[in-house]
Amino acid sequence: MIISGKALKYGDNIDTDVIIAARYLTSTDPAELARHCLESLDPTFSEKASSAILVAGKNFGCGSSREHAPLAIKASGAKAVIAASFARIFYRNAVNIGLPILESEEAAEKIKEGDQLEIDLDKGEIKDLTSGDTFQVNPFPPFLQEIIERGGLMNLVKERVKSH
Amino acid sequence: MGKTMAEKILENKAGFPVKAGDLVIAPVDRAMGQDGTTPLAIQSFEEMKGERVFDPEKIILILDHNAPSPLESVSRLHDLMRNFSRKFGVQLMEIGEGVCHELMVSRGFVVPGDLVVGADSHTCTYGAIGAFSTGVGSTELAVVMLSGELWFKVPETIRLNLQGKLPAGVFSKDVILYLAGKLGADGATYQALEFHGPVIENLEVEERFTISNMAVEVGAKAGLMVPDEKAIKWVRERTNREFQPVFPDPDAQYSRVIDIDCSSLSPQVALPHQVDNVKPIEEVGEVPIQEAFLGTCTNGRLRDIEVAARILEGRKIHPEVRFIVAPASREIFLEAIKRGWVETIVLAGGVFVTPGCGPCVGTHQGVPGDGWNVISTANRNFKGRMGNAQSFIYLASPATVAASALEGKITDPRKYLR
Repeated sequence: MIISGKALKYGDNIDTDVIIAARYLTSTDPAELARHCLESLDPTFSEKASSAILVAGKNFGCGSSREHAPLAIKASGAKAVIAASFARIFYRNAVNIGLPILESEEAAEKIKEGDQLEIDLDKGEIKDLTSGDTFQVNPFPPFLQEIIERGGLMNLVKERVKSH
Repeated sequence: MGKTMAEKILENKAGFPVKAGDLVIAPVDRAMGQDGTTPLAIQSFEEMKGERVFDPEKIILILDHNAPSPLESVSRLHDLMRNFSRKFGVQLMEIGEGVCHELMVSRGFVVPGDLVVGADSHTCTYGAIGAFSTGVGSTELAVVMLSGELWFKVPETIRLNLQGKLPAGVFSKDVILYLAGKLGADGATYQALEFHGPVIENLEVEERFTISNMAVEVGAKAGLMVPDEKAIKWVRERTNREFQPVFPDPDAQYSRVIDIDCSSLSPQVALPHQVDNVKPIEEVGEVPIQEAFLGTCTNGRLRDIEVAARILEGRKIHPEVRFIVAPASREIFLEAIKRGWVETIVLAGGVFVTPGCGPCVGTHQGVPGDGWNVISTANRNFKGRMGNAQSFIYLASPATVAASALEGKITDPRKYLR
């Protein structure tokens, strides 16, 4: 699968309170979550998210276990998140709900705001079409690859429960 | 080759030998959900067409994040959880019972050697009694409620040897804030922590929870302590459930071993907006405060209220400060009333709110104003955490929070504790 979009760059330690504040957890409506995604960091995020690929530093998604965080990003229309590293619960949640995430320190450092990006998820490759750079991404372990291929954890479990 | 506590607990549950780096599917002993995360889990459960839960006794749902409900939308989510609880016979703790992580241990749901997941990042708290407990997302909670099992990557472990003796006026909160500053917000990502040494041994169990609670603030998956006699006695007073404590092997392999002498530690403060932005109180400078908060799964326990009452006894809180207290459970609240500490704090000008998460999660009960500085006993000071991105949160021990409430500025508590 190929994903393309424009890079929106953010810093290190983007926490889940910044991604979606707790006062919006009173809703499980994705559109409502999308409206407030990253608003305290970047008030214009929701306007430019729909064609974006987020590019952040280390420890993206640290903090709360709220699954609303990857859900809000996914609902905003953003295509994927590239980061130097991810916090572990966010990483699991993103895989489970089917938000593409890619870990690459080099890509996180070299990609510039506004660069046009193309990601080949199967090959684990990020192309920066603006600069001409190509980055290889740390691959998912096979078990996670399976979850992703089935379209999220729930689909995998539905099949397991059915086969029992 | 010896194994760490994390490896041994996950190996016991998986039923075959494991080492750090392996992926296992293991059955969980308890699963917990709170009102911020469980509604999504119930939606996922319904989407998977769940007709029953794997074991109603092992699932605990707790209304603590928005309790009592501040909004009609929240009331609907609470009712969604109540209906789920009735339908499937799952236990539900009502508003005012307390903070999920306090109830999970104080009501005896968790024992040493358990594997526990919770849809809340601070589920790592139960590591203090030797359980491998970790935070998961809502979809994962749904999957666990249905199947009783989940996938885990067996983490590597960082061993922290905390040497020496804590000076007067320095508490377990200061220890973990210091460690957060030292390790950094991602210093232990996807790893477990094991806390050892005389500092831990000398702490009471309720003080130990403060340390394990904040393991996630350095990215850790779990924050484990050896279940010593003190911990085992504490657990046995709360449950009749049989358990086998798990201990690390003497030759266990750690990714890092860090020795820290705590004998000359000062009270610590985490400055806005990151938990690892930590300074000893001597270097914090003059910071006026407008709100002080005592409570949470980190520091809302009896000793925390006691130390605040000792400092506030016969004194008045600064007129520019709102001092809010949320006991971590109903039992703690009652005991603090019996011992006269609630009266002391109220007479000093403090405000008590419902046992639960209080203003920590930023939905109600003390949202700060624009430009306010807040000193809090909580575990996070992220921008907007308490509901206003224009405020500034400082984290410290209950003693530092109480002393600061008195003086209207961040204050070294040691002068009040001699």
